[in-house]
Amino acid sequence: MVQFSESQMAEFNRLVSHYPAGKQKSALLPVLHLAQNSFGGWLSAETMDYVAELLQIQPIEVYEVATFYSMYNLKPVGKYMFEVCQTGPCMINGSDDIIAYIGEKLNIKPGETTADGLFTLKTVECLGACGYAPMMQMGKTYREHLTKEKVDSIIEECRKTAALNN
Amino acid sequence: MGVKLLLDKAHVEGIRYFDVYRREGGYRSVEKALKQMSPEAIVEEVKKSGLRGRGGAGFPAGMKWSFIAKPEGVPRHLVCNADESEPGTFKDRYLMEFIPHLLIEGLIVSSFALGSHDTYIYIRGEYAWIVDILEQAIEEAKANGFLGKNILGTGFDCNIYVHRGAGAYICGEETALIESLEGKRGNPRIKPPFPAIQGVWNRPTVVNNVETLAAVVPIINMGGEEYAKIGVGRSTGTKLISACGNINKPGVYEIDMTISVEEFIYSDEYCGGIANSKRLKACIPGGSSVPILPANLLLKTAKGETRLMNYESLSDGGFATGSMMGSGGFIILDEDQCIVKNTYTLARFYRHESCGQCSPCREGTGWMEKILKNIDTGKGKMSDIDLLWDIQRKIEGNTICPLGDAAAWPVAAAIRHFRDEFEWHVLNPEESQKRNYGLAHYADPIHVPTVA
Repeated sequence: MVQFSESQMAEFNRLVSHYPAGKQKSALLPVLHLAQNSFGGWLSAETMDYVAELLQIQPIEVYEVATFYSMYNLKPVGKYMFEVCQTGPCMINGSDDIIAYIGEKLNIKPGETTADGLFTLKTVECLGACGYAPMMQMGKTYREHLTKEKVDSIIEECRKTAALNN
Repeated sequence: MGVKLLLDKAHVEGIRYFDVYRREGGYRSVEKALKQMSPEAIVEEVKKSGLRGRGGAGFPAGMKWSFIAKPEGVPRHLVCNADESEPGTFKDRYLMEFIPHLLIEGLIVSSFALGSHDTYIYIRGEYAWIVDILEQAIEEAKANGFLGKNILGTGFDCNIYVHRGAGAYICGEETALIESLEGKRGNPRIKPPFPAIQGVWNRPTVVNNVETLAAVVPIINMGGEEYAKIGVGRSTGTKLISACGNINKPGVYEIDMTISVEEFIYSDEYCGGIANSKRLKACIPGGSSVPILPANLLLKTAKGETRLMNYESLSDGGFATGSMMGSGGFIILDEDQCIVKNTYTLARFYRHESCGQCSPCREGTGWMEKILKNIDTGKGKMSDIDLLWDIQRKIEGNTICPLGDAAAWPVAAAIRHFRDEFEWHVLNPEESQKRNYGLAHYADPIHVPTVA
């Protein structure tokens, strides 16, 4: 059963307090981010129903929002998600090569997750880092001015951190 | 060195924090506005300044403010549009990341002018770390009496909240942004009613871009008339330009809109010239939605005049031979870039971002992406080029919001100016997979007919 911890509940209440009384549905987007971070990096039907109950709205109101915005994952993803930008300004600066290189190195195609559940590769559209291309989003941060060497070291760093946490 | 009003202090160490920002003269405009001016007087100053919306449309900000309805007993809201998602644009990110207090300061003054006691910053979901920076700045401002109840003892109450989006370009459109702020899908609303009458929660709402609201700070400090003296004609004040693509110094630059496009690209103060000593082929001067221009029409107008970095000059010649200032996302393409491939990635972007509400946009963006992909990969037919032209023409003007136009214009401009490159792809399917069309004639001097 999904359930926010005490600190997650405090954050939920903080988010809801930003909006006028009775307009708690407005907190839906921020709350879905909180739920995704709290429950394994994706939104299961159970998680979405839980959010609907907390915000006192219909489950369908959560589903229609979760399926509209690209940052909500509707199926499980790897521990580390590489979201590589492929729009014009990044393409000009070689994002195609970076995407191909990551795919080759991890032996997955965009949209797939490695068998060990560690990495997901995803192509995304413009993330507002055009001057620092090619780039990708990794969790809460951006990794910019990507080169093959930089990709190597990022993957290495992820593997080390994951091994330490196991 | 041009005038700098927004980023002049951006490199001061620790400017992200309240104490340093305040020591450098920050929050003076709040003291002046709240203690010495009426809300109406602030709106007048902004009108006098000639400030135009910095998000892309360029609508006069003071006029937009004067439209807000003031029904008795109904709260009003100011919403800051920080959903910066137009390809090529990353100026608001820079401003929020490095001098967040400038935005907070502008928001307090603007909230006072509009009577907004609960003000929202709608930020794109991907800028997750900037949410923390802004929330910290808000806490600091509150701890120092510039936010919260009874600000500076003036009796004005104001809170600012950060609302994080979740990945949708369309939410930069103000009515889609309002829907999203209400916890819904980002489907734009039909206008009228305009947000100034019925916005978020059906209350009067003003939505302004980050840079627009930050510009209110120097306007109040120096006065609208002084601000209007900077720049040329109806392009007053300074503008942030985010430059990217094949240049030596990509980044965010503040310009006073009097410099030429050529100086902006080649001077060391700005872009520092084309990277790897290549030649300039084309440029998208105002974010991916605005028409792409070949080098010869970029540096000079069709009349042969030097093109300047401002609203009027960039749009000189209309869409036939000009472009737009847009959001200030300045994308440079060198001689090795393929216009077909570039147009294809932009078409893919708009297909991905179409909300699906209007058929011409939902269907048309998908068709354009598929056809462009075919041409790019050597599977195109000659008739595809006319078909593309036909589709974009049928999208433009036929949708609820401007995303349809934004998707149509890049395709139209690419065919208008680079038709021979498209034809070369169709006629040389194999060769086009091995090499690029190159610079061709796109930098050749334009023929200016002498007037008899």
